[in-house]
Amino acid sequence: MEEFTSVFLMLLLVASALAVLYVRNLFVATMLLGAVSFIMALIFVTLDAVDVAFTEAAVGAGISTVLYLGTLALVGPHEKGSIKKPVLPLLLSLAVGGVLIYATFEMPIVGSPDTPVQQSRLTERFLVQSLDEIAVPNIVTSVLASYRGFDTFGETTVIFTAGIAVLLILSQVRIRRKEDLADGEVEDEQDSLEAQLAPQIKDTSAPSASPHDLIPHVVAKLLIPFVLLFGFYVQFHGDFGPGGGFQAGVIFAAGFILYSLVFGLEFTQKLLPLRVVEYGLAAGVLLYGGVGVVSMLLGGNFLDYNLLSADPVAGQHLGILLVELGVGITVTAAMVAIFYGFAGRSEVKKKNEVEAK
Amino acid sequence: MFFDHFNYWITVILFVIGLYTVMSRSNLVKKMIGLSIFQIAVFLLYITMGKIEGGTAPIIIDQPDVIYSNPLPHVLILTAIVVGVATTALGLALVVRIKETFGTIDEDEILQMEETK
Amino acid sequence: MMELLLDISTWILMMTGCAFLLITGVGLLRFPDIYTRIHAGGMADTLATFLIFGGLALQSGFTLVTVKLVFIVAFIFITSPTATYALAQATFIAGLKPVVDGFGDDGPDENSNTAKVKD
Repeated sequence: MEEFTSVFLMLLLVASALAVLYVRNLFVATMLLGAVSFIMALIFVTLDAVDVAFTEAAVGAGISTVLYLGTLALVGPHEKGSIKKPVLPLLLSLAVGGVLIYATFEMPIVGSPDTPVQQSRLTERFLVQSLDEIAVPNIVTSVLASYRGFDTFGETTVIFTAGIAVLLILSQVRIRRKEDLADGEVEDEQDSLEAQLAPQIKDTSAPSASPHDLIPHVVAKLLIPFVLLFGFYVQFHGDFGPGGGFQAGVIFAAGFILYSLVFGLEFTQKLLPLRVVEYGLAAGVLLYGGVGVVSMLLGGNFLDYNLLSADPVAGQHLGILLVELGVGITVTAAMVAIFYGFAGRSEVKKKNEVEAK
Repeated sequence: MFFDHFNYWITVILFVIGLYTVMSRSNLVKKMIGLSIFQIAVFLLYITMGKIEGGTAPIIIDQPDVIYSNPLPHVLILTAIVVGVATTALGLALVVRIKETFGTIDEDEILQMEETK
Repeated sequence: MMELLLDISTWILMMTGCAFLLITGVGLLRFPDIYTRIHAGGMADTLATFLIFGGLALQSGFTLVTVKLVFIVAFIFITSPTATYALAQATFIAGLKPVVDGFGDDGPDENSNTAKVKD
């Protein structure tokens, strides 16, 4: 019976993916991509991967959709149909698919316990000894933060780099006015995001709210504290159930993004200025690296948590706590920074269009 | 018997859909969406390899004789999902700048503009 | 005996919830106008969620899981009607007027553009 559920979900997944391919309006494609991510999260639950399902639902269906919508607001949602028939890509894709299907016949049966993945001594170590060495019930968290801590450090740095890169790409505005081009000189205003938005922050009256916005305002004010509280819960409960730094960071950022969507970007930037976000980006990675350096200074290897406290198991707990906190701070700051990049760009574009009239 | 390799076939079908979207559509945002679908196929492949028949999620509970699914693919895919969204964010930021520079995000039109410059 | 009763009520609640969701799906496909579709999607969706989660809560007894399910239902009760409202508000401000059917003395509204807008 359980097989029918997963078979049905996978067929639904393929149907949604085909719909994403053929739809020409990009807003519809973005919403369908969100549906694909949700169905994928359900499939992950049937495959016993609860942590991964949590992350896929939060990241793929939440943040990813917001980013695509932010881009489409700046770029326009229509896709031109191509005139030529794409025969060569179709043949190439089908050839690759055919070769891969031929290869899957050699793969082991799904769910069999005697594959190299299940028999490896790493699996043995993680499942059996992690309870003695680390005493954290969620094995995924203990592997992520302690056994494979280097990987997670690299990943935090990748998120940090993405945050910085988006801020660099999207925070300078070039305004080309037609009269300047005719004179032969182009006036480039390369203000930073804060300078562009600073005059608007001085306006302390209520945001341009129409009476239509009353219900979303009230409901958002009611719910945002609970969203942030849930973010904290997921962060610190990651040892005992699905959760951890990444999911918590994304949920926290989603709270701020909700505030920004309902009340406007300038109020959010008063609440969480860009400077704080930039410091947060760096602080998370610094915390993670700091834990590693402290354990080196205490006489062990980099990221050796056993030395952080008198009892090795307590040291592991402390190390995992600090490291996940670092990851959570960086992920929150990166997602908020990326959102500021996209939303700030559309604010400036609107301001320029108003001025140009 | 039919369901022995079903997960892997669905993975391959999603690979093909993602690859075809990236190769054949000329709109840059559509290409990014195709890349996301391709990544989802890879996640399905890895998590399927970690599943054991009759297993449960790898969170240690107090009952004896419980089979846990392998946590190592879960950890790898957790990292991969977050790195995927970071890449998507960067790609979309570049698309926004391309639109502002060229006025269009259709790949054919951009190539034409580059050729006639 | 108690467990049989619990199982039967769980079955009834979940089947009713699934029936409501099926009706919602049919309504989303078959209704002619965007406002009627929003109405179908928003209302029956919330009710079906309540019924299904009620069935699940009956199955898990007086444990922490039931508390979490109650929280989720409360959250969906508050946010789903808000989302419906925001969607209908945005559609109205964007300029799409509902198709007025002509139950009164006028015929069908020729000026409404929702019937003409596809996709």
